[in-house]
Amino acid sequence: MKIIVAIKQVPERDAQIRVAPESKWIEEDDLAYTINEPDAYALEEALQLKEKHGGEVIVLSAGPERVTSTLREALAKGADRAIHVEVEAGDLLGRDTLGIAAMLAEAIRAESPDLILTGLQSDDLGLGQTGVVLAELLGIPHATIIMQVEKTDSGLRVKRELEDGWFQHVEIPLPALLTIQSGGNKLRYATLMGIKKAKTKETATVAAVAATAQAITLERVYLPEKQKKTEMLTGTPAEIAAQLVEKLKFDVRVL
Amino acid sequence: MSGVLVVLEQRGGVWNRMSFEALAAGQQMAATLGTTCSAAVLGASVGALAQELAGKKLEKVFAVEHALVEPYTADAYVTVLEQLVKQAAPAFVLFPHTYQVRDFAPALATRFRQVLISDVIAIHADDAARGPVFVRQLLQGKLNADYRQASRGGPCFLSVQAGTFRADTVEGGTAPVEAVAAQLEAAQIRNKPGEPFRESAQTVDLSSAPVIVSVGRGIGEQENIPLVQELADALGAELAASRPICDNGWLPMERQVGSSGQTVSPKLYLAVGISGAIQHLVGMKGSKAVIAINKDENAPIFEVADFGVVGDMFEIVPELTKAVLAAKA
Repeated sequence: MKIIVAIKQVPERDAQIRVAPESKWIEEDDLAYTINEPDAYALEEALQLKEKHGGEVIVLSAGPERVTSTLREALAKGADRAIHVEVEAGDLLGRDTLGIAAMLAEAIRAESPDLILTGLQSDDLGLGQTGVVLAELLGIPHATIIMQVEKTDSGLRVKRELEDGWFQHVEIPLPALLTIQSGGNKLRYATLMGIKKAKTKETATVAAVAATAQAITLERVYLPEKQKKTEMLTGTPAEIAAQLVEKLKFDVRVL
Repeated sequence: MSGVLVVLEQRGGVWNRMSFEALAAGQQMAATLGTTCSAAVLGASVGALAQELAGKKLEKVFAVEHALVEPYTADAYVTVLEQLVKQAAPAFVLFPHTYQVRDFAPALATRFRQVLISDVIAIHADDAARGPVFVRQLLQGKLNADYRQASRGGPCFLSVQAGTFRADTVEGGTAPVEAVAAQLEAAQIRNKPGEPFRESAQTVDLSSAPVIVSVGRGIGEQENIPLVQELADALGAELAASRPICDNGWLPMERQVGSSGQTVSPKLYLAVGISGAIQHLVGMKGSKAVIAINKDENAPIFEVADFGVVGDMFEIVPELTKAVLAAKA
């Protein structure tokens, strides 16, 4: 099976976020970036499918030069080669989900993969749609929020997460696109050997198709207003514990 | 092209609990915009559900029946809803932000060269000339963002987050029911869905627990779980967790609170080391009181907390356990 894993590079979870001047986006200069967590699970699923059934795993990411570090990590974990769709950070901000998916679709078409995997949503924008829109643009079936993937004679049998602890199996023919949920597999670390090998693996750089008019625009980002007035408690751990017990007794009334 | 069309979700003749929240959102948005609100329900047989909607304040109820839309598949929904949206020609198509909507609505919007504005937490519809602003959360709830449809050339698609609008604010009235004949053939459906199932019988019912102590990523490693278990025991509370803890197998999945786990509304929700990603907050924001302990003062959990402590949970939690036991003695 030839599998493409579409990966997004996002700010690290613990990163201190500051709104940029003019409030159109966040300050990016001193941010630390990492692989979008659900995409890491998509990569893991792809690597396990390859180990079981053979084939090739290609990692794909769109963004400025910095995304090549995330692609290199994926190569070190066992992906065979990488495609970097080169697009400046500012240009990327001017593309909505449809624009991003169109750009990825263009890079994917030439490869004709059997399977495309991606995380179910990004940790930064969280729109949760790029995979589904990509499948629609490529004219292939999709299934979302997938926990497990098994190969069958006619395609794949996937375990899809539903709400409130329910699941469902879905049979899907290939080629197909799946959006992967976190937690289905245990993530691997890159080995020293893997890191060494990654240096010999190919990363192809392709130019992004020109941006088109957006359907939706992100007009402003800002700190959320508090929904509740939070009373902050301070002091030594013992003092804080004593204050909390008072609250539990007299305000919350559970003691 | 005018009005708001709310597409409700049902399975086997039972509404998804978020359907009427979406209906409330649609009615309120239409009222602010000075336009009409209609609703649609899809299924193999939706007569009773459509009749229920006919008792709401709506311009029209679209009853879309086709044997092939059950069981749910994205292909069937996209095909049928594309026809409905073309026929009804609404300016806005509004969905509840359910897992099912996440599966098909982005593809439906693509058919109209539009992008779904997903997981909306507020709608500001007062600027009639420029169109409504839709607020969503970014970066796990650390920031809010205002989104707008770029040009009014096609329908604007949006989905509203659970708990944002109240189902009990849906206005009653009378509305005519219009049957919609959709064209759909079996060959258009590529996926074969199986019956929904649960992994194992749910033995923990967090939804009835009066006190919940919940633990998140801040716990660091599995060996530290007993620290919060002791606090839960001292308080006579159920122990719960955010998704990453259950993903790692540190606590069973049935103790997970959030959109993929249980929805709870205890008297007290004590969140330890939980940053408060949206997916977690939707599962616990109905709690009567929330106490949050987190090392990051900017963690979104503090936005919904009544009492907050910024500090090291490994120092504070044992002290709190001690103090609770002393207070009970």
